[in-house]
Amino acid sequence: MKERMTRRTFLKAAGALTAAIAFPVSRAEVALGQKPGEKFTFAYISDSHITQIKGTEFVRNFDNGLKKAVVEVNFMDPKPDFVVFGGDLAQLGKKEEFEHGLEMLKDVTVPIKWVIGEHDYYLDLGKYWQEKMAPLYYSFDHKGVHFVVLNSILTDDDWIHKRWPTSEERMLQMARLDNPNGSPFMVKEEQRAWLKKDLAKIKQETPIIVLSHSPLYKIFKPWNFWTDDAEQVQAILKPFKDVKILHGHVHQVLYNQMGNLTFNAFMATAWPWPYVNTYSQLPNKMPALTVPMNRADPFKERDGTGWGHIELPAGIVHHYELWENPARIVRKAPGMKQPEDTEYQSPGKRIPPQKHY
Amino acid sequence: MRKYLNLCLVISLLTCGIGLFIAYADPFTEADLKKWNEAYMAAVKEGDSLFHSSKLGKNSVSCDMCHPNGSNAHPETYPKFQKQLGKVVGLRDMINWCIQNPLEGTPLAADDPKMIALEAYITYERRGVKLDPGKH
Repeated sequence: MKERMTRRTFLKAAGALTAAIAFPVSRAEVALGQKPGEKFTFAYISDSHITQIKGTEFVRNFDNGLKKAVVEVNFMDPKPDFVVFGGDLAQLGKKEEFEHGLEMLKDVTVPIKWVIGEHDYYLDLGKYWQEKMAPLYYSFDHKGVHFVVLNSILTDDDWIHKRWPTSEERMLQMARLDNPNGSPFMVKEEQRAWLKKDLAKIKQETPIIVLSHSPLYKIFKPWNFWTDDAEQVQAILKPFKDVKILHGHVHQVLYNQMGNLTFNAFMATAWPWPYVNTYSQLPNKMPALTVPMNRADPFKERDGTGWGHIELPAGIVHHYELWENPARIVRKAPGMKQPEDTEYQSPGKRIPPQKHY
Repeated sequence: MRKYLNLCLVISLLTCGIGLFIAYADPFTEADLKKWNEAYMAAVKEGDSLFHSSKLGKNSVSCDMCHPNGSNAHPETYPKFQKQLGKVVGLRDMINWCIQNPLEGTPLAADDPKMIALEAYITYERRGVKLDPGKH
């Protein structure tokens, strides 16, 4: 029997075709010599925040973001070696939200490396995640680079176990970014001890990539753009010559350099967060290095969202694929002291949407 | 004569009294200011609650999900030409656009106490920032 084209299959094909036409296939092939190790690329999809309204009804906006990222990652040519999922797949850590998200992510044609976010963790304290996705923290090696995945969104035991009457209430409290009753993110002693042990077998020249959900430095505590024991984690990474820390949570173009550590934030597929220096009532530590992304236009649902892909290991080239905006490329080549935007880093090159906050 | 003088005294006292009453129509006190400020802060608190509520719209999305602490709302720039709406609008028009679109909800009347409360909260979180009406 000939397969009838249903409305769904038509839309799926049309969507794929549109993505193929719209997706910028050319990527900067940066010739970075000197460093040993094979050049490779991985992609990331992060902060999808799949939200159940009720039953089988989910917030369409956030579904659309994740679907679009999956289609575009699958169009990469050559394919990335793997895709990092940067955390916050579910909005309230519900089984239905995970399943709905996994249903969309199952179409990704390369392996996924999972990083847990606070929205995934605080309902069942990582039970579903560990059963279906990955351990909460682990490491792996790939083409000469040592990858470490941390669960950086832990917090005080009292806040986790004693403060709230139900796990649903605890999840709601952690879900609110500007929560005055919130609690700071932490990596904590058990993981720090594990990290020390894990890195003991690694040579100082081996490139290291740390994948975490929250930024492993201190930007703005009220929004948990923050890890309380960041300095202690950074100290463990200090002896290594080439360390990059990639994180989600902030839903924006953000990058920084602190000593030997290069930081890069993942974009979110769901929605953009404002920059911390747009909240006028409290001081903050917005990295001066970051050239902001264009101020999002709320009338364009996908503005301020996107995904990315990263070239390694000689330096780092981070391609931010921004829907509704030209792509941004942030690069730190060997010999450079810090990452820079390849087009807008110099103050004279900034454009109004980057300044008009 | 005495009666006449008494009458003059009474009339002049009355006139002064009325004069005082007319000239000092709103002699508010510190206690009044405190009371009125409490009423205002109650509206800010109500607005804070609505701003963070998953029930303002119909899809559980809340304002703080894009605007933590009311950031990136730019209340000081309204009224302005809102390019996407093609006309000059006030803050509450943009609030209603958000309620209807990302929150998939029902817009509020301009004089709805909930709308006033939302404006109170958003502007409160932006206190001290100078007015810049018309800025894109």
